[in-house]
Amino acid sequence: MTDTAVGPVRAHAQQPAPRRQEMVQLLDEHGVRHHDPEHDVDLSPAELRGLYREMVLMRRLDSEAEALQRKGQLGLWAGSRGQEASQVGAGRAVRRQDQLFPSYRDHGALLARGVDPLHVLSLFRGVDHGGWDPVEVGVHPYTLVIAAQMLPAVGYAMGVQRDGAVGTGDPDRDTAAIAFFGDGATSQGEAAEALNWASVFNAPVVFFCQNNQWAISEPVSRQSPVPLHRRAEGAGMPGVLVDGNDVLAVLSVVRSALDRARGGGGPTFVESFTFRMGAHTTSDDPTRYRLAAEVDAWREKDPIDRLRTYLTAEGELDEEFETALAAESEAFAVRLREGVPALQDPAPASMFDHAYAEPHPQVLAERDEFLAAWEQQDADAHAAAHGGTR
Amino acid sequence: METMAIGRAINAGLRAAMDRDPRVLLMGEDIGALGGVFRVTDGLQKDFGEDRVIDTPLAEAGIVGTAIGMALRGYRPVCEMQFNGFVFPAFNQITTQLAKLRARSRGRLSVPVVLRIPSGGGIGSVEHHSESPEVLFAHTAGLRVVAPSTPHDAYWMVQQSIASADPVLFLEPERRYWQKGEVDTDLGPGQVTPLHRARVLRPGTDATLVAYGPTTQLALDAAAAAAQDGTELEVVDLRSISPLDVDTVAESVRRTGRLVTVSEAPTFHGPMAELAARIQESCFYSLEAPVKRVGGWHLPYPVARVEEHYLPSVDRVLDAVEQSLAA
Repeated sequence: MTDTAVGPVRAHAQQPAPRRQEMVQLLDEHGVRHHDPEHDVDLSPAELRGLYREMVLMRRLDSEAEALQRKGQLGLWAGSRGQEASQVGAGRAVRRQDQLFPSYRDHGALLARGVDPLHVLSLFRGVDHGGWDPVEVGVHPYTLVIAAQMLPAVGYAMGVQRDGAVGTGDPDRDTAAIAFFGDGATSQGEAAEALNWASVFNAPVVFFCQNNQWAISEPVSRQSPVPLHRRAEGAGMPGVLVDGNDVLAVLSVVRSALDRARGGGGPTFVESFTFRMGAHTTSDDPTRYRLAAEVDAWREKDPIDRLRTYLTAEGELDEEFETALAAESEAFAVRLREGVPALQDPAPASMFDHAYAEPHPQVLAERDEFLAAWEQQDADAHAAAHGGTR
Repeated sequence: METMAIGRAINAGLRAAMDRDPRVLLMGEDIGALGGVFRVTDGLQKDFGEDRVIDTPLAEAGIVGTAIGMALRGYRPVCEMQFNGFVFPAFNQITTQLAKLRARSRGRLSVPVVLRIPSGGGIGSVEHHSESPEVLFAHTAGLRVVAPSTPHDAYWMVQQSIASADPVLFLEPERRYWQKGEVDTDLGPGQVTPLHRARVLRPGTDATLVAYGPTTQLALDAAAAAAQDGTELEVVDLRSISPLDVDTVAESVRRTGRLVTVSEAPTFHGPMAELAARIQESCFYSLEAPVKRVGGWHLPYPVARVEEHYLPSVDRVLDAVEQSLAA
């Protein structure tokens, strides 16, 4: 490398490290529980085990999906290993009536919402654009265009305001929207518009940024010269930095941000400081752009390990639970391994079905044209198979 | 029957839609107290309040993106793009989100958003105030693109657009905002021409002129001039650019044998190229001459002092008709 080259290592060295004291953390990397008067959370042992279980299953989804992609069963997979605490914590903070606007790597949040993982995998198999019902489960379709879901989330929140479903004090009525996005998304112009807009209208929306340090091969220092949560200052809303590998802290911070939004207090920006342990997707090779030492350092901060350490020390995680969870995880994996190849391809003509809500002459004509050609191909194939000639 | 200008007719149409359905709301820059730069929303904020006539930040992607979210919550937002060239910052939201959410959710999500866009030039303004972006959106599946040319259509088509379950780009003929005409506000269901239907405005026998939006009046003017020389031109107003009512045009071409199209949009890869291709497919043996297209040049919209040379004129239309008749 010459003196003038700006390599990834050098660029990454400029990345601003968050000051420890400003990052909300309730469970440190050694599994030691800390208390924070502003952001504490009080969970029962059963609830803690529930979070642990969801993170374990989410990681299993990731490893199975990666294997399925390698076997050619999925066209692509956007992995989320390392981000379990961020996604499960935030996903668990969302109430039934809230609407979640995800990006395309938020599998853990979807699991927490009750979305069938096969519906997530069907997207990456190319069977559909995500098989879940966005109205029923309260999860918007995955958005592949970076930051594009943030403005609809704000608009949805403005609709909530107009419905009078903010600040009524009724926990079943008050509603918020939450937009999930990554560090790369904060560079998009639409992200800036969304933050500003939400603040101007005091919309009940939470911006949940998972800073996983890398936007494909570009480090966060190439996205922003200031820590991401400080973007909130310019937009006139609170910006909170939370340890994204600490499921308790994420749950607590996002829960209070959502409470604030539902109560009429307006938007909050949450930066969840975490790390993507794997590749951006199965198409890239992270060893080309980041150092093994960085990955190793983050492995020490593993979100699942630290909760296991804590629960074990507290005597809340016995062998019986671990054995049952291992069996559940195995059964879950079998369901994915068997379920993915069994996913049915849609009928080809169904691609014409939902372009428009109302009949559209050009689409109907092209559908007829397609069906006629398809039937002819079928007839030709049949004739060929039976030795006929055209 | 009332007489009103196109801009006023859109205002009345918006008011009728807002009166009828409390879910209809307006969003845009300067649309409140000012009533919009063309005054199309004049008086509506006063009557419907700031929560239904929303003066937004100056951010077009924001206007369209948040309108999508409101539609997902059950509202029917009508967004104003201040000028045609300002729609481009919203291009991503329109083409990747607004147009696609229905297909992406397999019909589970509807985004009944209307984008009102002043369209075309001829107002002597500065850059990005006079463009004709319709083909960019007509090429994007999932959107409907319509363009009224008369006050009557402006009044009804804006209401039909709002009622549509699909997203609709409603192109307002900028230089015709002040053009007056009769509006029948008392029509019942079934008495209003469907949104996607073309309409024969003037019957003729020698050739068909097809136009939409701002050039429809030009086509009528050309037909009137031709009639003085004994040439009878049929004028069809497309009204909808996506979908295209090819049948109505084809029927006319089968009668006249000749087709001349008139649009302000550049002819190169323009909306009339699609129409011409479809007409040669369906009317090849009825055509007495090649289809002629009159339109804008393939250029950035020029400065105001020469825009009259860019925009189609009666003379250019009549030249094309003459070439068609001579073929």
